[in-house]
Amino acid sequence: MSSNRSKPHGLLAEFHTAADIFEAAIRCRDAGFTKWDVYTPFPIHGMDEAMGLRKSPVGWFTFCGGFTGFFTGMTMIWYMNKFDYPLVVGGKPLFTPLFAFPVSYEMTILLSAFGTLFGMFFLNQLPKFYNPLFKNERFKKSTDDRFFICIEATDPKFGTDATRTFLTEKCHAAVVELVED
Amino acid sequence: MASPGKSAAVKAPEPPAELVREPLVLNNRSLGWITDAIAGVCEKPMPAWWWPAFIVSVGGMITMFSLIAYLVSTGVGVWGLNQPADWAWDITNFVFWIGIGHAGTLISAVLFLLRQKWRTSVNRAAEAMTIFAVACAGIFPVFHTGRVWFALLPGYLFPAPNANEIWPQFRSPLLWDVFAVSTYGTVSLLFWYVGLIPDLATLRDRSKGLLRRFFYGLFSLGWTGSNRHWSNYEKAYLLLAGLSTPLVLSVHSIVSFDFAVSVVPGWHTTIFPPYFVAGAIFSGFGMVLTLLIPLRSLFKLEDVITLRHVELMCKVLLATGSIVGYAYGMEFFIAWYGGSPYELYAFKNRAFGPYWWSYWAMISCNVISPHFFWFKKLRTSVVFVWIVSIFVNIGMWFERFVIIVTSLHRDYLPSSWGYFTPSWVDVMTFVGSFGLFMTLFLLFIRFLPVIAISEVKGVTPQADPHHPLGGAKGHH
Repeated sequence: MSSNRSKPHGLLAEFHTAADIFEAAIRCRDAGFTKWDVYTPFPIHGMDEAMGLRKSPVGWFTFCGGFTGFFTGMTMIWYMNKFDYPLVVGGKPLFTPLFAFPVSYEMTILLSAFGTLFGMFFLNQLPKFYNPLFKNERFKKSTDDRFFICIEATDPKFGTDATRTFLTEKCHAAVVELVED
Repeated sequence: MASPGKSAAVKAPEPPAELVREPLVLNNRSLGWITDAIAGVCEKPMPAWWWPAFIVSVGGMITMFSLIAYLVSTGVGVWGLNQPADWAWDITNFVFWIGIGHAGTLISAVLFLLRQKWRTSVNRAAEAMTIFAVACAGIFPVFHTGRVWFALLPGYLFPAPNANEIWPQFRSPLLWDVFAVSTYGTVSLLFWYVGLIPDLATLRDRSKGLLRRFFYGLFSLGWTGSNRHWSNYEKAYLLLAGLSTPLVLSVHSIVSFDFAVSVVPGWHTTIFPPYFVAGAIFSGFGMVLTLLIPLRSLFKLEDVITLRHVELMCKVLLATGSIVGYAYGMEFFIAWYGGSPYELYAFKNRAFGPYWWSYWAMISCNVISPHFFWFKKLRTSVVFVWIVSIFVNIGMWFERFVIIVTSLHRDYLPSSWGYFTPSWVDVMTFVGSFGLFMTLFLLFIRFLPVIAISEVKGVTPQADPHHPLGGAKGHH
């Protein structure tokens, strides 16, 4: 398994209940770790505060998408129906924001949705098909009914033995070491 | 082992017994049971009925596509359309299918914003239904143009100039509809996919076969369940729900503009947008019940899709059915009160003209049948609910037929009155569209989790770190 070239990725701690991992997350946050994460089969209410995460900035991507969509819609209709080829139909004005609104509204929603989706992918760095976590067989339960904390070796406070002791004794978890090659 | 400081568990007072809600997952099932029960549906071989059902559905789908080929190669005359009814079954089917989709978005988005946690058991299948219904809906307006290559080529539907350099004209609600429906289809698909990512990861981690592992792995994008990811994911999900809510209201409003913006008596009414939206949700919940009642018993998912879910959906049917009934009455009142003889005639003609049978079929299915659901006994009898849901589907198809055909066949000029009769191609194309819908739905059951696994887990008491079942030790 661990050849000379493989370097440690971090320590993986396994928990059985939502309450256990919730408390452990608070301890990790208070211990001052920065490069660590909690892995759960579903989002646990209050975990963001327990981990000390900032509010998700996905909304900015949504806003940019929506803003672009609305003005693209309005500009497109103005350009096509009033500027490039004016054509009177049914005696109606060549352009008003009123008849342009339904289409611009739909464009707002369409591009907001794309902004939200790709903003989320960007922030989460997905897709990411290689992950040292996937090499651990136990970790497969993280999408079923187990809860994990991984403290990465790149964390400035990480020390293999000290962190292992912290996880087993303070957080009462079964701990294994992860490697990447 | 409770320790002082921030890690001390919060102790909440016990609520009085009558305020304790029924659990959403019955029999105190564990998280692992939920994974096994739902993922098991698409991992085990399909039960014996699946293949016959699939073959019949594919047959219907092939029928529809063959008849569309016949229509494109011959002309729209193969449908029963002729002056004065140039819209009939085609647009009826379009509005029927797009309306069905609306319940999926209502469940996934509106109920999410309203924090109705029971939605988690039904939203995945309802969203799938939405996407497949929109796919069926899109076929009819595209092919009713006859020379479909003109519709699909630049200048008609797509915002690009035609051969004479003329752009599509955006004063027409028909073009608004193109944008509304295509946005609706796209956003519904994105929303559905975002919801699927964690569950695809679950399937990836459970699958043994190479192909399954590859495809679930590919589409789950390397999801790990990291809380840093969940944080962005949940925000994105909330935003998509917030975007889908005004979207779903706008789509059927714009569909109703196709009629309301015209000057045809019976169409030119301001009540159309809210009336269409309520009708769409009514018909969609009818279809959700039609699909989910057999699904829950065939796959033994009664602990996840419980009787309470069925009952709540019946209440939605009752509420929206009452709105629809009110709208029917109000239309008649305004036709009289508005003082336009043409408008009044259109409505008299609906109820007592040559299409009286379609009007009364609509009234009996949509106005009478939901009112059975005032009674708890009937709301909790699944067989009865299923039968009523079929009537709702039938009634809502007739509603669109009544609106479209009875208004068109007799308008201002009696010399140009007519009577529309469908051709066999009309009928079989519509029947075939159910084949397409069911083919897609059966494939969905075969390959994807029919219930949102991670969302259902999230509403169980085990998921709550402050609940004793979630492992909380605050109760000294």
